[in-house]
Amino acid sequence: MSRYLGQRIGERDAVISGIGRSTVGRKLGRTGLSLTVDAALQAIEDAGLTRDDIDGLSTYPGITTASPGMSPNGVNDVQDALRLRLNWFSGGSETPAQLGAVMNAVAAVSAGLANHVLVFRTVTESSAQTATRRASVVGSGGDRVSGIMQWMVPFHAVSAANWVGMYAQRYMHEFGLTRRQLGEIPLNQRRHAALYDEAIFRDPLTMDDYLNARMISYPLGLYDCDIPCDGSCAVIVSRADATPGLRKVVRIDAIGSALTGRNSWDQRSDLTETAAHDCAKMLWSRTDLTVDDVDTAQLYDGFSFLTITWLEALGFFPKGEAGPWLDDGAARIGLGGEVPLNTNGGQLSGGRLHGYGYLYEACAQLRGEAVGRQVEGAEVAVVGAGGGPLGGCLLLTQDR
Amino acid sequence: MSFQALPEVTDDTAAFWEGGVDGELQIHRCHRCAIWFHPPAPVCPECLSREVGPATTSGRAVVQAFTVNFQPWAPDMQVPFVLAVVSVDDAPGVQLTTRLIDVDPVSVSVGLPVEVSFLHVEDVYLPLFRPVSAASGNGAVSEEGTS
Repeated sequence: MSRYLGQRIGERDAVISGIGRSTVGRKLGRTGLSLTVDAALQAIEDAGLTRDDIDGLSTYPGITTASPGMSPNGVNDVQDALRLRLNWFSGGSETPAQLGAVMNAVAAVSAGLANHVLVFRTVTESSAQTATRRASVVGSGGDRVSGIMQWMVPFHAVSAANWVGMYAQRYMHEFGLTRRQLGEIPLNQRRHAALYDEAIFRDPLTMDDYLNARMISYPLGLYDCDIPCDGSCAVIVSRADATPGLRKVVRIDAIGSALTGRNSWDQRSDLTETAAHDCAKMLWSRTDLTVDDVDTAQLYDGFSFLTITWLEALGFFPKGEAGPWLDDGAARIGLGGEVPLNTNGGQLSGGRLHGYGYLYEACAQLRGEAVGRQVEGAEVAVVGAGGGPLGGCLLLTQDR
Repeated sequence: MSFQALPEVTDDTAAFWEGGVDGELQIHRCHRCAIWFHPPAPVCPECLSREVGPATTSGRAVVQAFTVNFQPWAPDMQVPFVLAVVSVDDAPGVQLTTRLIDVDPVSVSVGLPVEVSFLHVEDVYLPLFRPVSAASGNGAVSEEGTS
């Protein structure tokens, strides 16, 4: 990755100056825009800024109508609702996964196009579900399928549970990972959710519950899949030198936004590696910090197996050794363990905020505000989001 | 009627989606450096030659990964079924996501040899795959390929 070793690590020009989070829950009966405004105003106030300071706006994946609840709001309606006076804006899905909107904001700030960018992500997937309709199922609309989806959906591989399920199966075949070991991920998240009163599923989950739950797409069962929810998260990305007096700043030490492998779920020669591996290599090439410096990891768990992919890609254990590593369960990834993971319950127990729940939680941890679930002395956090050809990660540090 | 999404057919992808009319699994190949690639594109990803086009494969493949889907994602979706990523025998580097048919889910494993069997819907021939049977074990494409 020597081509990334330039003189300039531009992400350090930017900081996360404020964070906001709406109420998050199941079928809240509120519009996406209402939730977005809650998160956005909270983030602006948290940063010690006013609406008039915001000159940039960024979101992922932009407004979508084909997939109900996936993204009810985009740049247009949020700018208009708040009457933002923007110098720069961006909304779209063709970025390094969900966190791409943060990276775009960082790039804009580093390039001098904006001083304070409001970044948001809103979902109403819970409200979009009905008895006969799942949220976000491609191909259920009747139109012909194009792009990357055409290679999967016509064969009935319509859900990410199917695509991730195949990666998980291959990993199990290759390296002997068991369902019991995989189950350590959802069990861990549920233990953490019990400590966080904003999480959605907080009742205890046992290994028996996990193993006996109905199968969704083998080897992924019910508890390997995250929970559709309604909610919004927002952060403010600010110029590092435009933040005197801002209350709690989180620094961006390095970004991983690479995609050096195939942009595809099925064409990778090694079906146990994904964009996460490309991103992690880039991330570590841009910092003197190492995986041993990470105090807490907030890693995508839209499906439990994706967390394993991120942990492995980032180097928490050698390739193929997820199973034995996870045997230790709480001692590895629990609070007080080696690397406390998804301390807000993740998406598996906290709700699918689609990448932004992890970012919010990492910032809360670094600011020492994770009441009831705080990782003592957390100074470095890694955040990774996405699966398959979608990936992006951030290394965040406490302001020092 | 059961769930069946269909692909949009373009000049680049027509041979792949319509090759089944002749019982043939067509994969793009470079005429200059001879590599196979998928999805089809108007340029060779290796040597960047524009002299590329579909070529006929044996239709034989090997399972590289699979999943058994139990969840009905649409109200008219019949479950369970087996999905797989298969590598095409004579098109090195090319893998396809597909559905396996005529197979007991319990008997599927990585390394299982399979052969193409087309499902004809409207103008499209979807390349599904079934385990290679003793009768067709000679490498020929099954004559039942078109349905």
